[in-house]
Amino acid sequence: MSARTISFRLNGESVSTAIEPHRNLVELLQRFDLFGARESCGQGLCGCCTVLVDGKAVSGCLYFAVWADGKTVTTVEHLDADGALSHVQEAFIACGAFQCGFCTPGFVLMTHQLLEANPDPSDEDIRHYLSGNLCRCAAYPEIVAAVKRAAKAAGTSAGQ
Amino acid sequence: MKQIGRELPRLEARAKVSGRAEYTHNLRLPGMLYGKIFRSTVPHGVIRRIETATAKALPGVHRVATGEDIRKLIPEPYYGPAFHDQPILALDKVRYVGEPVAAVLATDPHVAEAAAQLITAEYDELPAVYDELAAMRPDTLVHEVLRPAGTFADLKHLQGRKGTNVALDYHLRRGDAANAFAKAHRVFEHTFKTQQCLHLPFEPHVAVAEPGDERLTIYSSNQTPSFVRIEIARLFGWPENRVRVKVPYLGGGYGSKVYVKLEALVAALAMLVRRPVKIALTMEEQFYMITKHPTTFRIKSGVDKDGRIIARACEVYWNGGAYADIGPRVTQKSGFTAAGPYDIENVSIDSYALYTNRTPAGALRGFGVPQLVWGYESHTDLIARELGMDPVAFRRKNLLRDGRPQASGTVLRDAALGEVLDALVARIGWNAPFDRGSGTLRCGRGVAIGLKASISPTTSVAVVNVSADGSVYLYKSTVDMGQGGDTAFAQIVGEVLDVKAEEVRVVAPDTDVTPYDMGTLGSRSLFHMGNAVRLAAEDARAKLRALAAEAGLPEGTNYPPVEIFKKRYGMQAGNVIGTGSFVPNYKPPDAQTGQSDNVTPFWMVGGAAAEVEVDTETGHVRILRLINAADCGKLINPAVARTQLSGAAIMQLGFTLSETMQLDGGQVTNASLADYKIPGIGDVPPMENELVAAEQHSGPFGAKGLGETGTFGVSPAIANAIHDAVGVRITELPITAEAVLRALRGKAGRPLEDE
Repeated sequence: MSARTISFRLNGESVSTAIEPHRNLVELLQRFDLFGARESCGQGLCGCCTVLVDGKAVSGCLYFAVWADGKTVTTVEHLDADGALSHVQEAFIACGAFQCGFCTPGFVLMTHQLLEANPDPSDEDIRHYLSGNLCRCAAYPEIVAAVKRAAKAAGTSAGQ
Repeated sequence: MKQIGRELPRLEARAKVSGRAEYTHNLRLPGMLYGKIFRSTVPHGVIRRIETATAKALPGVHRVATGEDIRKLIPEPYYGPAFHDQPILALDKVRYVGEPVAAVLATDPHVAEAAAQLITAEYDELPAVYDELAAMRPDTLVHEVLRPAGTFADLKHLQGRKGTNVALDYHLRRGDAANAFAKAHRVFEHTFKTQQCLHLPFEPHVAVAEPGDERLTIYSSNQTPSFVRIEIARLFGWPENRVRVKVPYLGGGYGSKVYVKLEALVAALAMLVRRPVKIALTMEEQFYMITKHPTTFRIKSGVDKDGRIIARACEVYWNGGAYADIGPRVTQKSGFTAAGPYDIENVSIDSYALYTNRTPAGALRGFGVPQLVWGYESHTDLIARELGMDPVAFRRKNLLRDGRPQASGTVLRDAALGEVLDALVARIGWNAPFDRGSGTLRCGRGVAIGLKASISPTTSVAVVNVSADGSVYLYKSTVDMGQGGDTAFAQIVGEVLDVKAEEVRVVAPDTDVTPYDMGTLGSRSLFHMGNAVRLAAEDARAKLRALAAEAGLPEGTNYPPVEIFKKRYGMQAGNVIGTGSFVPNYKPPDAQTGQSDNVTPFWMVGGAAAEVEVDTETGHVRILRLINAADCGKLINPAVARTQLSGAAIMQLGFTLSETMQLDGGQVTNASLADYKIPGIGDVPPMENELVAAEQHSGPFGAKGLGETGTFGVSPAIANAIHDAVGVRITELPITAEAVLRALRGKAGRPLEDE
């Protein structure tokens, strides 16, 4: 299959590459040495491959690479681009909200999206919003705690 | 500053939340080929022909290899930790659906996959056996002859045995069970079963082999780098130092990545083509790699008039699938705890590892113990109810206490059974009245407690290196797969050398650099490697003091290391290397009776209490509360310990309520996350976790392992609670709504029709 040249914004930079139409977004990102989005279940069920496209979370394993043409793609690696971890990342560390860490980038990105949509989520809101992300180490109680902590931290900084 | 007991975030926390943690999954090497596996479509058959020409002709395919190609490179290409029974690629016969038969190598994984689908094979199909009890009869033989690894003295007698599917039979005899049953006031007998399920780490198995000049480097997502080195070297007939195994962080393990998995295959392929080879399994392929033993557990107890258990007989049948993996060790090293945490004078245990035509089974977070606790705690609860005794009071009456011998004859020490049971009772409010529900929603409570021994004897070696500026390195081959081992070991080093744990550089396993460790498994690491690390740090501290004396510094003064090095070497130069090696004392059990006065260096104790609500119209079970309690010794890092306990319990909830591999003619029919349901964030019930105050006196700073402990009590506590709620007993996992409804309808005399 012949490759197609696509151009898109990747973590704040304009990039361009030739890629075959059968490849997915996770493979595309690997070409740029970005490994935070990981294909695990390959069915869009586990959330390990979560990537933001035009600010909205997609499953990188089900999203064709060529669809990124002209779009803005943000990966977990961009969250601390200024050298400081995001408040969500800090909260995940403080609450110990992971063990092996393989699913963590997906949870972190979804939590950012959740808190944008709902800055003060209840436990039930959190469970509902993150139901598309799975954690085999089952650090779920810690993840719920981390989301609440991040929400609180965001609220505090917004009020200052 | 005190390092032990600090709630320090994991050392690699920042790398993990920013997506930069290193996993084998990420690795790419120049010139690397991707391998894809062509797998058997029949459960049991003689290989007649493998057609690979069409696959080879596909543009981009570099090589297609079969078992015969491997045999030309390695004359005896069979591997395994207990038995050398598993061919790198199938030879002569296939023994389960999904067994690797051929491998395609290509520069692009999509090409390799497309080519693998062009391979065809013809088999003369043989009858297959799937059930562990059926496999006890030698009608269908999975293996023609047993091939135990020569390294284990206690397996040597099995060499060359023919005409059986029993890979290992283990027996324990204590007292005179037959006589005690004859004298018993009441005798109870039940059978319990568990299903085939699996680990499913989100980083599926992945390995890369890079050939060098008469040597190999293997990068792998593996829990046992030292074992992999030894086993790959054995296959090639090389000394250990020609195989280098490097392991970064693991995206989960849970026992699936112990011993050799993909490593022999990538090593052989890389040597065939003289290029680096990577094989990464898909989620689906994990269903054909390694699973958890299905079991049948027949258990019988004799009780006297006072409610004391005077005899217990256990027969456990472990369905090990097509290759033994570590099943024979599970059969034996967990088998001896099959009678449970009770003080019983007369015990007999017969435990059998069986070959069947299924995906092989190994160790999954508990090394067989969760299957045993499921049986003995369901059985113990049934006895209490039959006797009209309170299930907790019945357990308390019979519980083993420190200082009393366990069924193996080894005296219990530092096993907080009573304290764990007390914690469960107090947290759930066992003796207080609670809402039992009404109408079609009925509530009940259950409790369960389990005991596990550590696999013994096993060795760990650690090296602590103090640089001339006083900064510290730790070298060890224990793998951090999420359990927090690196952090705990850094805390131990920090405590001994009075440095901050986060400033200790923990070197990732690399067998060219990091010393031997038996493996990161069976909750052994914090105890075994923890002791080795402590010894290494203490050795470094002693050597620093000696260096100070050599430098002419007065004894007892507290010079910082940097001053000592400068004084001794005239500049910032030199190292102090501390080493520590730990192997516990051990006495092998008697071959006939299974008796030994030192069968384990420590005991793990875990239990659960559950309150459930059962919908009598649908059979749906809702967990209202789940309490987990455990003896984890003194805590090195309480935050990490709590997550381990809670994560293990939630994982076990999946094995209790939903997870099961469905087979049709030997074919797994639900090999995906879409059809095999693991717990999600919405499935976590209200949960409390308690780490009881305890101390393992032989452990590093009083600590012991805890990776598996949270799994022990969950399944039987839930079944016992369901019984309490609606009076029906579920004897087989998983406890689906259908199973509960069938039991309810059966009890009501209106049984559901069979499927």
